[in-house]
Amino acid sequence: MFRAFTAIALLLAATAAGAQQSVELRWGGDAEGGAPFVEADPRNPDRVVGFDVEIAALLAEGLGRSPRFVQAGFTTLDASAARGDFDVALSGIEDSPARRSRLAITIPYYEFKEILTVRAADGARYRTLADLRGRRVATLGATLAYDLLLAAQRDVGIVPVTYEDDVHPYSDLAIGRVDAVLLDYVLAERGVRRNPGLMNQAAAVGVGYYVGILARENSALRDRMNDILRQAMKDGRLEAIFRKWKMWNDDQPALYARLTGADVGVSETVSAPDVTSGWDAAMRYLPALFRAAGITVVLSTLSMAMAVLLGAAIATGRVYGARPVQIALTSWVELIRGTPLLLQLFVIYFGLAAVIQLPAFLAALLGLGINYAAYESEIYRGALQAVPGGQLEAARTLGFTEMQTLRLVRGPQAFRFALAPMTNDFVALLKDSSLVSVITVVELTKQTSIFAANIGSWVVPGAMCAAMYLAMSLPLARYARRLESRWRR
Amino acid sequence: MMPVLEVSALCVYREGQPVVRDVAFSAAAGERVALMGPSGAGKTTVLRAIAGLERHVGGVISVSRPQTFVGNETDARAIVPKAGIGMVFQFHHLFDHLTALENVCLAPVNVSRMSRPEAEREAVALLENLGVGHRMHARPSELSGGEAQRVAIARALAMKPLLLLMDEPTASLDPARRDELAATVRNLSADGTTILTATHDAAFASACVDRVLLFKDGQIVREGRPDELLT
Repeated sequence: MFRAFTAIALLLAATAAGAQQSVELRWGGDAEGGAPFVEADPRNPDRVVGFDVEIAALLAEGLGRSPRFVQAGFTTLDASAARGDFDVALSGIEDSPARRSRLAITIPYYEFKEILTVRAADGARYRTLADLRGRRVATLGATLAYDLLLAAQRDVGIVPVTYEDDVHPYSDLAIGRVDAVLLDYVLAERGVRRNPGLMNQAAAVGVGYYVGILARENSALRDRMNDILRQAMKDGRLEAIFRKWKMWNDDQPALYARLTGADVGVSETVSAPDVTSGWDAAMRYLPALFRAAGITVVLSTLSMAMAVLLGAAIATGRVYGARPVQIALTSWVELIRGTPLLLQLFVIYFGLAAVIQLPAFLAALLGLGINYAAYESEIYRGALQAVPGGQLEAARTLGFTEMQTLRLVRGPQAFRFALAPMTNDFVALLKDSSLVSVITVVELTKQTSIFAANIGSWVVPGAMCAAMYLAMSLPLARYARRLESRWRR
Repeated sequence: MMPVLEVSALCVYREGQPVVRDVAFSAAAGERVALMGPSGAGKTTVLRAIAGLERHVGGVISVSRPQTFVGNETDARAIVPKAGIGMVFQFHHLFDHLTALENVCLAPVNVSRMSRPEAEREAVALLENLGVGHRMHARPSELSGGEAQRVAIARALAMKPLLLLMDEPTASLDPARRDELAATVRNLSADGTTILTATHDAAFASACVDRVLLFKDGQIVREGRPDELLT
């Protein structure tokens, strides 16, 4: 009786101690990364498939747990791992000194080369980064390839362009928005396969390694994973996975021999810059942050100007136009207000690319301008209707035309009514402009996230970024309040 | 003498119902006429129809030359007399974003294409004549009811109308101001301006009009001198 009771108590305690940690291996990845890493199974979208999925299964099996996938954005995998959102992240994650300094990382399970992809017609012209002086070279943000491009920007004057995903760099290369892409061999192969007219240069620009990442305090779990990986290297299970995904090549046996022969890391082979203290890094990043803040200001101001003009035109059409014009404009406003800005940016930049290839900055300007014009038009329509009808009748008895009444009487008063909500919208636009990083425009928030990814902390970059946004928005709000109180007399 | 204003068979409809029926009268140059009667009798509607502010109007309204409104459900805005009529509203309807002086100058500059200095000179003279010269740089929200009233009169007079329509001009005035306004109206008509005013104020009408039209249910029921009708 007593023994049965103890057994039940122990069982309960074990369950309470965290069934998730002990029974499941929660592993994080970004299914948007696609094949061959992690992607939704085309036959059953609730499941994920990819070599990282199989490595996760291999690790889980070795640990006696069942694997459970947790979706996370690629650029947030590090922070999520550090927070403990999952036990380990496996998603084609590169080894880097920054990661080593703040996370527990496994031994590498795959060696890759950074490959330069160009249009076939440029194959003879652009062989190395040095041939691409003054040209736009695309890559994925916060990667080894991005660090290599930053170095090449300093040394040979290329123009790095960062993407949030690894599909559009190649499609944009094919249509001529960029002149080369630097990414790892796996992605480059896939990019060339999907986009006819592209070719990979044979010479590697750099070498990198895929690793699993864990929170630093999980080093014991990491050590067990290293043992499982080494065992899988020896008994050929890892080779089988990579052969299945057509990724096996001669680099891997050499890597495995190094790793299983003696317990050495591969830090000497990683060529990324050293991690420095937060403040030193902050000073180093300050000029880039100021430049990015400049982009934010210019982009927001131009978009707002466009939104104001377009919004005023829409509002005028809705108040004065014939019935069909009113219906068309109202539908347009509802369409724009009812769909996400992010979607609109994708459609303008990537969706329209087959018809017209807008430069990223122009696409961002159009996207923000068109989106905010819909909101501005609602404000102006309300403001126009708020001008007392008696004044409009007075204007008519004085002989003004409708146009003169709008220009001299209704418009100026409506503008005053609209000023406060317009200022709010401008501040909102300033912040929404951070969304344009998805179409490769590096503005303040994107630059901050690159900075944060590099130093492995959001504290200093976040504070600097917030200070810059406030420095832009606070004077604006104050100026608007002053104008308003002057007009309220 | 040729009448400045001639109204015949005037009907005004709201939502298909006649609110003014078969109204006919005329006014000579320099004549002062009051439209009187209980609220809802149609006084203000007649003024608005003459000013071109009512949509559904039938009959004939001539201001110095014939301006014909035909049919009874037409959009009258298309054939509004462009010049010759000024209107002072009960609630003034000054343009809130402009000073008193700017309110008065806006139409002469933009409609009559007068030069700004000339328009300002005339506006200042008008405001001074009406006793609000010292308030020319004030905004409507800073004016008293009487001041706003006089600025609104100056705004209408700046377009040199043959016919000045005034809707309840004494509604926001105290008795002293009312007497001043009566004097102003007499002076204006001495200069040849015809004045048509809708009012409830018998004392004001007695003090300054030549003739009273008494309205009831959208029709003129009596007509005569104020001393005949208002005693």
